[in-house]
Amino acid sequence: MNPTLSLKDIQKSFGGVTAIQNFSLDLFPGEIVALVGDNGAGKSTLIKIVSGVHRPTSGDIALDGASVSFSDASAARSHGIEVVYQDLALADEQPVYMNMFLGRELTRKPFGLLDKTRMRSETQSLVDQLDVRIPSASSTIRDLSGGQRQGIAIARATHWASKLILLDEPTAALGVAETAKVEELVASLKERNLAILIISHSLDQVFRLSDRICVLRRGEQIGVRKTAETDKNEIIAMITGVHNQ
Amino acid sequence: MEQALTKLRNMDLQRSVIYFGFLAIFLFFAFTLHDDGFLTSRNLTNIVLQTAPATIMAIGLVFALSAGEIDLSFGSIVAVSALSAAVAMQSGPMILGVAAGLGAGILIGAFNGLLVAYLRLPSFLVTLATMGLFAGIARSMTDLRSIPVINETFTGIFGSGRLFGVPSLVIWTIVAVIVGHIIYRNTRFGAHVLAVGDSARAAQVSGIKVPRVRLMVLTLCGATAGLAGLLYAGRIQAAKYTMGESDLMTVIAAVIVGGTALNGGKGSIIGALLGSLMMGMLNNGLILMGLQVSDQMIVRGLIILLAVAISLREIRR
Repeated sequence: MNPTLSLKDIQKSFGGVTAIQNFSLDLFPGEIVALVGDNGAGKSTLIKIVSGVHRPTSGDIALDGASVSFSDASAARSHGIEVVYQDLALADEQPVYMNMFLGRELTRKPFGLLDKTRMRSETQSLVDQLDVRIPSASSTIRDLSGGQRQGIAIARATHWASKLILLDEPTAALGVAETAKVEELVASLKERNLAILIISHSLDQVFRLSDRICVLRRGEQIGVRKTAETDKNEIIAMITGVHNQ
Repeated sequence: MEQALTKLRNMDLQRSVIYFGFLAIFLFFAFTLHDDGFLTSRNLTNIVLQTAPATIMAIGLVFALSAGEIDLSFGSIVAVSALSAAVAMQSGPMILGVAAGLGAGILIGAFNGLLVAYLRLPSFLVTLATMGLFAGIARSMTDLRSIPVINETFTGIFGSGRLFGVPSLVIWTIVAVIVGHIIYRNTRFGAHVLAVGDSARAAQVSGIKVPRVRLMVLTLCGATAGLAGLLYAGRIQAAKYTMGESDLMTVIAAVIVGGTALNGGKGSIIGALLGSLMMGMLNNGLILMGLQVSDQMIVRGLIILLAVAISLREIRR
């Protein structure tokens, strides 16, 4: 099976500073890989490289076995890669369905006017499928709870991603119950055969959700472990570089 | 019942206030000025005719404010546009005058837009500066002289003419409001304008070209001010540098009373129309009541304060 995303010897430097060095990782369809590491380890830089915001200084990115190079985030999006940003990137005063189709609004012939009916119904069926409970597809984002907003941001990514979803701290701002709901949602994406790369500071969450864990420290790839075959102590030791066995 | 009450409480106060305000002012004048001819169809038509340029500028401003920008220069654009049209028609055909007037508006708007979108200067400061700049240019264009407009086709289309008995200024207003409303509510451009004003970051990461939207809304503002200049020139059959001078406050007030948020992401074209008519009604009523110009200005200022207070109350919610 071809990996959905294949990163090979990725290196990125800003001026003289190396942010990522020799990073290699394969992500398979229906797999959740967690990216962990301390602040400044290079997790966000890596997400930005995969989503087309930064271009790697050297190294190869391949999607389904074909080498790709993204000139910007739109290019990555058109290849089926979606990002759920930490700040969610939602327009608060607009209805849910307009956010779902932000920048990719559906129009109707012959005048090219917005097809709000279809956007509304597609949004409704998507949130129903994913069990994101909101009053309606026409609700304004501002009137939703943090968990509902996160749900919408993930649903949007799910709707457009054909290959890969990058999640940046999806539950950092949520309470216990909402976190559980969002984790359930993320786990359900596996059935859609999407590859998922998730950044999280919560090791509990990482162990609940991921299939594999990739550890970064100061831009260096320390190692990749199967979640089932490792434990928190090992991962913490890898993150901090301190071995206390 | 409980649900209905909650719904009522959550109803967009800012958006509904214009309807109540409009109705309240209308009824107030209808009763108090009944004997002074407020309710005559002639007077009511007059209100629409007088507010036509302001309504059209208000439409442009709804787009600008919704995108999180503001245009303060449209009053000066009106004068430059009217004068350009009048000067062009002194020796040229009507079409040249229309092109000169609209063209001046679009160019100045695009000039504002380029500075805001690509040099990242705040639109408040850019248009504050160009307001002065083009007010000066309007003054120097014809050495403060007013230029007559005698082209009858022009004054018909843009001023005193009628189509099927409907005054042309009423038709301009209706067409502009309908077209503006459809673009605002039912096109991708309208959606992008709202998204940019709501969250420029969300818009940008969604692939919307944020600078282009900013350029477009300010150009649109210039275009509507250019059209307003033509309408003034057509109705008054002359162009003068003072045209549009007093519209700044009226138009901004109309737009904000009409439910458009000062800081973007939310607005209404129909609201702006009602806001503009409300301002026209106020002017008209205050004149019929025999108030001095100074008193009219005071009342208008107070109304704007009230509108801004309600608008900000909504934002803090």
